[in-house]
Amino acid sequence: MRLDGRFGRFGGCYVPEILVPALEQLEVAFLDAQNDDSFRSELSSLLKHYAGRPTPLTRCRNLPGNIYLKREDLLHGGAHKTNQVLGQGLLAKRMGKKRLIAETGAGQHGVATAIVGALLGFETVIYMGAEDVERQQLNVFRMQLMGARVIAVESGGRTLKDAINEALRDWSASFQDTHYLLGTAAGPHPFPTMVREFQRIIGREARAQLIEQLGRLPDAVVACVGGGSNAIGLFADFIDDADVRLVGVEAAGRGLDGEQHGATLRRGTPGILHGAETFVLQDSDGQIADTWSVSAGLDYPAVGPEHAHLKDSGRAQYVGVTDAQALSAFRALAESEGILCAFESAHAVAHALRLAEEEPHDAILVGLSGRGDKDVAQAQQLIGPSA
Amino acid sequence: MSRYSSMFDRLGGDGALGAFVMLGDPDVERSARLLADVVDAGADMIEVGIPFSDPVADGPVIQAAAQRALTAGVRVDDCLELIAGFRARYREVPVGILTYANIVVARPGFARDAAEAGADSLLIADVPTLEAERFTRDMTQAGIEPVLIAAANTPERALQRVATLSKAYTYCVSRTGITGTHASGQFDKQLIERLKQAGAAPPIFGFGISKPEHVRDALRAGARGVICGSAIVDLATTGGDVRGFVQSLKAATRNESAAQ
Repeated sequence: MRLDGRFGRFGGCYVPEILVPALEQLEVAFLDAQNDDSFRSELSSLLKHYAGRPTPLTRCRNLPGNIYLKREDLLHGGAHKTNQVLGQGLLAKRMGKKRLIAETGAGQHGVATAIVGALLGFETVIYMGAEDVERQQLNVFRMQLMGARVIAVESGGRTLKDAINEALRDWSASFQDTHYLLGTAAGPHPFPTMVREFQRIIGREARAQLIEQLGRLPDAVVACVGGGSNAIGLFADFIDDADVRLVGVEAAGRGLDGEQHGATLRRGTPGILHGAETFVLQDSDGQIADTWSVSAGLDYPAVGPEHAHLKDSGRAQYVGVTDAQALSAFRALAESEGILCAFESAHAVAHALRLAEEEPHDAILVGLSGRGDKDVAQAQQLIGPSA
Repeated sequence: MSRYSSMFDRLGGDGALGAFVMLGDPDVERSARLLADVVDAGADMIEVGIPFSDPVADGPVIQAAAQRALTAGVRVDDCLELIAGFRARYREVPVGILTYANIVVARPGFARDAAEAGADSLLIADVPTLEAERFTRDMTQAGIEPVLIAAANTPERALQRVATLSKAYTYCVSRTGITGTHASGQFDKQLIERLKQAGAAPPIFGFGISKPEHVRDALRAGARGVICGSAIVDLATTGGDVRGFVQSLKAATRNESAAQ
């Protein structure tokens, strides 16, 4: 490898030996592409003319405080995921791969991968936990409409982490013609670095838009963290701004004191999962724990290694928001601003509302990572039809 | 002299037969019996899996074995006790542990505890040579020999590192993919030749050994032995004739030219 793939003591490349050449090939392709004007201009053209960048920065009119939303919900595909699948899709082309595989939890990354598979002409296979396939029939159908094949994973707990395991197994046998389009800034090197670079555009745009609209940098930047791709994309261009607080919001699920949450950085311990040394929810033997969140996108027992480092170094702070708090922020944003956000993003909004209450004059930048259409049916069940 | 070296000496021109058993599958008692069975039937060395919840290098058969062990409540402590129990009864048979990085890092002193239980080697499936040195250092200090994987697609520089770091034997994988019986390996003479050139520890083929003819093919390609995993686990799970199967594999390890 050309880079060491470490973030402080976290990160690395913990995969079976047989996958190392595939990751080395990917690193080389990524680094070369970074310095290739034709790659960069093709990607920015797709981001602009196909995906709809730049996305707006919206100041909340009616919610208390001074909250600015970076509107990744308005990106094609309905979430920030599209930024990086376009980048990885072009890289896969560059490497001459014919087939894409990806994991998905609720289906957002699967849909994004199906989009790029259709657009760039790949055979596309999506691994999805059997449990999630049952819960997210509509997203399964969306993927199928765009030509992807969805494989229900029956092993383990039949959710996201099992889908990643299965995608890695597929890739061990198929890497010669297949690119594993990992969905977040986690996993083995070079994924955490590569996905951050493809998502960095979120924070870069937001920073410029804030300077234009407000005339200064925000006091705090808040984003939800599952694997951590939207948060690292929003944080990246603010890391050197020491006065800007960076806050990652994890799923506290049914409460941080119990076992039903996905708060890896708050409640996990250092370990190695899915290729990276990072914080992991696990028992004392190192067996990976089951997680819970109302939002499937935050329901993951590890986290991107750069977040582990940002926590360790104290540069970023990580907090928890429960299912109930997220649901209440979801409703507040809908009622006050006319925006239906994803349950994941509602976690960030909930914490922003807490901050706004403490410091009403602070400018708070929130990553609104996705739109809420996928969650409307679940919201109806949780809130009740007559709400 | 290590148990592996003594075993290779003892075998002379014959190949070594390694049998894989997932510790605690389906429970502690039955896996202890299976360990004894495979050795009594002719296995020269034992590979034991310490179950991990997310075994990405394993196919469905070994995954299910790990899951059964974990569902039965088997802990790492139980696995180490199983090894110690085996060691008390079989003093000469080399025992290698196969597990995953998170199990090792979750237990400070894992290598020392494994060595004390009587294990001879440790292979961590998701630690490639790139990340291996901090682990192999601990192992060497604890007196347990590191085993690393060499694959047909392993580039020259990494193969050199395997040759330097892997001590007990070199675990060779000649096809891509995960463990399991779905496809038999093509046993790559070239890989064996490259390892020999690099001065690597004795090559042993894993992945895809499920018939006596695979054993013969692997040895003909120049390997010093084979490890059979999924096929044994499969038979043990379905109540098949494990002893007869192991005997048939062992028979295939006999040096053909010496027998004539």
